[in-house]
Amino acid sequence: MAAKIAVARANEDGEEADPVMSPEDICAHLQKQFGEAVVEAVPQSAHPHVVVVAAKWSEVARFLRDDPEMGFNLLRCISSVDLLADDKLACVYDLLALSPVSAEELMTVRHAFAVRVCTERNDPHIPSVADLWPAANWHEREAYDLMGVVFDGHPDLRRILCPEDWEGHPLRKDYEFPVEYHGIPGTTEHELYSPRH
Amino acid sequence: MSWIENRFEEGLILTSVDWAQNWARAYSIWPLTFGLACCAIEMMATGMSRWDLDRFGWGAYRATPRQADLMIVAGTVTYKMASRLKRLFSQMPEPRWVIAMGACTVGGGPYFKHGYHVVKGVDLIVPVDVYIPGCPPRPEALLEGILRLQDKIRHMSRAKDPVVEANKEALAV
Amino acid sequence: MSEVLETRADAVADPDREAQGDVRTEEMLVNMGPQHPSTHGVLRLVLRTDGELILEAEPHIGYLHRCAEKIGENVAPYQWIPYSDRMDYLAGMNNNQGFALAVEKLTGLEVPERAKYIRVIFAELNRIASHLVAIGCFGLDMGAWSPLLYCFREREMILDLFESTCGARLTYSYITIGGVTHDLPEGFVEKCLEFCDYFEPKVEEYNQLLSFNHIFVKRTADVGVVTPEEAIAYGLTGANLRGSGVKFDLRKATPYEVYDRFDFDVPVGMPGGQGRFPKGVVLGDCWCRYFVRILEMQQSVRIIRQALGDLPPAEKEGVLHKKNRNVKLPEDEVYVEVENPRGQLGFYVQGDGSAIPSRVKVRGPAFCNLCIMHYVTRNCLLADVPAILGSIDIVLGEVDR
Repeated sequence: MAAKIAVARANEDGEEADPVMSPEDICAHLQKQFGEAVVEAVPQSAHPHVVVVAAKWSEVARFLRDDPEMGFNLLRCISSVDLLADDKLACVYDLLALSPVSAEELMTVRHAFAVRVCTERNDPHIPSVADLWPAANWHEREAYDLMGVVFDGHPDLRRILCPEDWEGHPLRKDYEFPVEYHGIPGTTEHELYSPRH
Repeated sequence: MSWIENRFEEGLILTSVDWAQNWARAYSIWPLTFGLACCAIEMMATGMSRWDLDRFGWGAYRATPRQADLMIVAGTVTYKMASRLKRLFSQMPEPRWVIAMGACTVGGGPYFKHGYHVVKGVDLIVPVDVYIPGCPPRPEALLEGILRLQDKIRHMSRAKDPVVEANKEALAV
Repeated sequence: MSEVLETRADAVADPDREAQGDVRTEEMLVNMGPQHPSTHGVLRLVLRTDGELILEAEPHIGYLHRCAEKIGENVAPYQWIPYSDRMDYLAGMNNNQGFALAVEKLTGLEVPERAKYIRVIFAELNRIASHLVAIGCFGLDMGAWSPLLYCFREREMILDLFESTCGARLTYSYITIGGVTHDLPEGFVEKCLEFCDYFEPKVEEYNQLLSFNHIFVKRTADVGVVTPEEAIAYGLTGANLRGSGVKFDLRKATPYEVYDRFDFDVPVGMPGGQGRFPKGVVLGDCWCRYFVRILEMQQSVRIIRQALGDLPPAEKEGVLHKKNRNVKLPEDEVYVEVENPRGQLGFYVQGDGSAIPSRVKVRGPAFCNLCIMHYVTRNCLLADVPAILGSIDIVLGEVDR
C-alpha cells in the first residue's frame, strides 16, 4: 500500500499556524464545497457530523484530508450502523485533525469531526478510503465482516474477525445465530427447544 | 509410559509401580503455554514469584504440544480457534490432561447468551478433567484445580481397564 | 544492519540476480501462531520469508472474537461494563472509564467530584500495571526472563490495592456509569502512597536490568522504525505514536475527568544520543516505543501523588450518581476517546430512546496499532518479528473484541 501520506508539518518560516475550525464552520465549508452531496448537517450535537451521499464520499474524504483548512490526518474509527427501520446501513467516520507534528511542543487537537455515509441495506456499497488513510484498511474489513458493507476499491476486502466460511454478517439486527459450526453445536438452548435431527 | 499400561492384571507389585509412577507424574506435569484470553494473565501470575507454580513441579511451560502433558485452556474458545485447539490436543502425547480454566471454557460464561462466535464450553471439543469456575479464577483457584488433578493422577492404574478391554476393537479404530 | 537489508531487498527485486551468480532461495511460508509464546495471545502471523528475510507478514486475527459489540446492543450500559473489562484485560479500569464516560456524555450524568479523582487514581494505577506486563513480556520475547518476575512482583502490589477496593484482581467493573461502585477502603491513601514510594526507585532497577542492557538494546534499536507521518496515517496511538516522536496525549489535548488539574509530562521517543537514549537508537524504533512506556510509568506515579493529595473528602451523596442504572439513552450518538495504556480507546454509542443502546462500537487501540505490522515488518529479519510485535504491545482481547 503505497499511500501518499500527507501530514501537516510545522512551518519553519514562522507562518501562521493551521486554523482551528468549529463544527459550524466545517459544516458550512462542506456545504459550500459540495452542495447537494451533503444531505444533512448536524453541527450542534454531542457528535457533530454531516451526512454525505455514498457516491460523493471519495471526493469529500480527499477534501477533508488534503484541504489545508481541514487537514484531518488521523482517522480514528469507522463505526458501521444498521438502520433497520429505514432499510439502510450507515458508516460513521470519526476524524481528527492534529496540530503539526512536534516532539518538543505538546500537540493539540485542531478540530474533530464525523461524517456519516448511508447506503442501501440490500446492496450496500461505499467507496473505500483505504488509499487516503491506511488506518481505514482494517476498519473497513471489519465493517465488511460484521455488517456486510462492501467497500469499492479496497485493496484486500476479506473477512477479518470471523472465519472465511462464516455465514451472514453478525452485527445486522436481523442476524440469526448459527445452529452449529463445523460440528460444534451453537447454543445449548437450541438443543433444549428444537427437535434433534 | 504407555507400554506398561493395560497389560497386567491387578496385583501387589503393580500397585507399588502405580504408586511410584503416579507420584512422579503428579509432581512433574509440564503444561502447554496456551493462554487464550484474560485467564491467561492469571495463569501467568500463578507461575510468577508470588504464587510460584514451580513448587508443585508444574512450572515448566512448554511452547510445543509435543512436550506437554497438560493443556490449561485459559480463556474463551471461539469457533475460529476450535479446530486449532483440537489439533493441539491431538498432538499432545498420552497420557494427557485438560483443565478448563474460567467460566468461558466451562460453559460459555458471560458470552453464552449473545456470543455467536463463542464455543459454549471447551468440553464440546476436547475431554476435560478439571473445571475451574471463576471469571477469571484467582490464582488460588487454579492451584486448587491443580491439586484436584494431582488427586486424579494419584488414582490412575496401570492394570487392565475393563472398559478398555471390552471396547478394544472400537478404540483401535 | 540496514545497509545489509537494503542490499538484500534490492537483490530480491532484481530479476537478473541469477545471471549474476547469486543463489536464489525459495520463498517459504511460515505460520506463526495462533499458539505461539511470543504472539501475546492468539494472534496468527503468516510470514512469507526468503531465507532469514521477511518479505511479508500478514496478521490474521479473530481467534478471540467474543462478540462484545453484539452483546453491547442487547444489554443496558451498566450491564455491559463487565464486558469492557474483558476487552483489554490488562487495563480493565481504563476500559470501564472509557465506556462510562461515553454513556455519561450521552445521558448527561454528572459524576461526583470525589469519584472523578478516584477514577484518575485507578486509571493511572492500572496504566502502571499494564505497562509492567508490557515491559516484562517484551523482555521475555527478547530472551530476558528475570525482568518479567520483577514486573509481576510490583504488579501484584497494585492488584492488592485494587482487590482491597473492589474485590477483583483482573476484571474490576469498579468504575461504572455515574461514578465508582464503592468509596475507597480505610487506609487506602496511605497504602497507595507507600506503593508510590516503593515503586519510584524500582523504575531505575528495570532500566539497569533491561532498558540499557547491551543485548536488549542491540536487538531492539533500529528495528521496526515508524516515522511520525506513517504513525499518524496508520492511526497509531498511545506509546507507539509517542515513540515515533509525536507529542500527543489525549489527557493533555482534550482533558477528560480532572486531568487538566495535574502537572505531568508527555514522554516521547528521541533519536539516539539525546537524553538517556543510547547511541544506535533511531526515532520510532522498538526501543523508543519500549522506553516511552518506562517513562510513562514515572509520570503516572506523579499524577497519582497529586490526585491523592487533592482528593476531596467523602461527601454525603457518595461516589455514585443515584440514577446510574435507570437512565434512558436519548436518540443521539456520541464518540468518546480516552487515553488507554495502549492508545486511544474510543467508544461510539448510539441510543434510540430506550435503556439499551442500539449500537456500541469499540475502537480498540491495539486493533489499530496492529494494522501497521504488515507495513513495518517488510524486509526485516525473522528474529525481529517478535521484537516488533512485542514493542507494539497488543492485547488480543481488544484486537478481536
